[in-house]
Amino acid sequence: MSTDTGTERTERQIMYREALNEALREEMIRDETVFLLGGGIGQRGGSYKVTVDLLNEFGPKRVIDAPISEASFTGAGVGAAITGMRPVVEILFVDFTSLIIDQIVNQAAKYRFMSGGKGRVPMVLRTQGGSGNGLAAQHSQSLEAWYYHVPGLKVVMPSTPYDAKGLLKSAIRDDDPVIFIEHKLLYMQKGFVPETEYTVELGRADIKCPGQDVTVIAWSGMVPKSLAAAEELAADGIDAEVIDLRTLVPLDKDSILESVRKTERCLIVQEAVRRGGVASDIASIIQEEAFDYLDAPIRILAGHNTPIPFNLNLEKGSVPQQNDIVDAVKQLVG
Amino acid sequence: MMYSREFLEQLYSTIYTIRIFETECIKLYRQGLIIGYFHPYLGEEAIATGVCAALRPDDYIVSTHRGHGHCIARGGQLKKMVAEVLGREAGYCRGRGGSMHIADIDTGNIGANGIVGGGIPIGVGAGLGISIRGSEQVVTIFFSDGACNNGVFAESLNLAAIWDLPVIFVLENNQYAVSSPIEEMSRIPDLHKRSEGYGVEASMIDGNDVLAVFEETQKAVRAGCEGKGPVLIEAKTYRHGGHHVNDPGLYMPKDKLEYYKAHDPVTIAREHLISQSDCTEQDIAEIEEKANRMMSEAVDYAKSCPQPSVENFLEEVKHN
Repeated sequence: MSTDTGTERTERQIMYREALNEALREEMIRDETVFLLGGGIGQRGGSYKVTVDLLNEFGPKRVIDAPISEASFTGAGVGAAITGMRPVVEILFVDFTSLIIDQIVNQAAKYRFMSGGKGRVPMVLRTQGGSGNGLAAQHSQSLEAWYYHVPGLKVVMPSTPYDAKGLLKSAIRDDDPVIFIEHKLLYMQKGFVPETEYTVELGRADIKCPGQDVTVIAWSGMVPKSLAAAEELAADGIDAEVIDLRTLVPLDKDSILESVRKTERCLIVQEAVRRGGVASDIASIIQEEAFDYLDAPIRILAGHNTPIPFNLNLEKGSVPQQNDIVDAVKQLVG
Repeated sequence: MMYSREFLEQLYSTIYTIRIFETECIKLYRQGLIIGYFHPYLGEEAIATGVCAALRPDDYIVSTHRGHGHCIARGGQLKKMVAEVLGREAGYCRGRGGSMHIADIDTGNIGANGIVGGGIPIGVGAGLGISIRGSEQVVTIFFSDGACNNGVFAESLNLAAIWDLPVIFVLENNQYAVSSPIEEMSRIPDLHKRSEGYGVEASMIDGNDVLAVFEETQKAVRAGCEGKGPVLIEAKTYRHGGHHVNDPGLYMPKDKLEYYKAHDPVTIAREHLISQSDCTEQDIAEIEEKANRMMSEAVDYAKSCPQPSVENFLEEVKHN
């Protein structure tokens, strides 16, 4: 597959958060059943400014500030979705989704199945995760594995403004609940986003950097780090291919396997703690389906099994950094 | 208030049908044909019947784990219900949901719920959708005294209040959270009193009297349509047995149980029908006969329905 993110192009560059804002705005114009629900998303425009100006444009019926009642306003999103609306519910930090687990796991994820296929929950849960800002243990986690684990949910984690916009539009149009996890370090990152309408299909990985020697699989905040590592490795004559999964569910198994069969070496980079993570599952898929192609054991570089520490040096030490990725690749191809 | 004979007959037919559905299903359970959890609505039939009689076709309801009565009162089909509790492909959820998960989109029944309190926010969301669309619908959320001690009850009551949503909170206070008596779980057992702090108008009624339930719900529907926001109705009632079929309910005091069994919703509905119309015992026997026949046909139908295919199921979930 080819890269469709236009990373080399020099046309309009906007920030990740602006791209998300455009996606919300365009979908709200296109479909009057789309509405936003969350804490501080109206006048304040959201903690990371993703929803700025939308209250003024669409009014308080469609940009709804909710009290700090996460379980119930998320459940309200589920109920609205069941009855014909397309809510985009925002939970400020993925860490706070511990408060809404019942509504997501027992309600939203299972409604279509339990109703014998008749019911639908076309809801997007927007949230953000990741470390790097010194926000400590309850505001820095990477919890995608919780939702990856539960049948009935889609899990989307964009790394570029282009993907953020295109994937959010697809998520809003999807008839099933989508957990859309942004990364707090990416909101200010700029990238190419066309002025014209487009969407990015859920379930398609993107080769952000083609290469022959080793496959580096990453998502969300680990993508820019992997790309920077690939650049550094290129200087040393190592040609790394960086695959951005973009969506974890559905998982683009074909792209992963195709790349690994080509490079015969694979590193999976995950910000979340190692234990019980998505990387381990991807590794098991690769060894089941591409074992004969592998020239080296699959390597996983993941966060340490620790709560995220407050001190910036400790925080950096707890999750993979660019130099860790470079070192891991060198060991893998060495 | 004066009621037509036809209306009173309809109420009686519904309340009797719920009674017969539960008693016949308990027999099927004892025969091993129904498995898993089965929570009978016996003793609480007047609430679903009275509430749903006051609702319009476009309105929504949110049900609970004790939800068969709500589904029937809302116009659910007995055949599809029995097929579901028997786990058959022809059931409401294709045998994938069971007793605790029956939803009937066609009658606006958003669904039962295996999580106590889990449906309350969902109902608020249905109300939010109505408010955004500006349609003239209302949502009725059935929930129990047990659910009142879950955080989502407090949160949801507040959300419905601040957003003026057309939501009717119907608190079926059967006085037990599974096996825990309400007096031990709350210092104030009249739970509707909690609503004052949220600015939600509330009332308490005899949940075993179908007309009392109907009249209070009618007022609530009117309030919802007039944009007055949510109301809460506490309907006091009592189960005729334990929490589920296999719970003998030994913790329920005998005298209290006997009192409520004598204050039976089916008997009360029957008395209304006799005293307020020219309906005779013979006419009532015919209503009951018809309901018995429909239930018996539903059971025969469900028993004859095929089990879901495991192969098809595995094919469906292959790419999840």
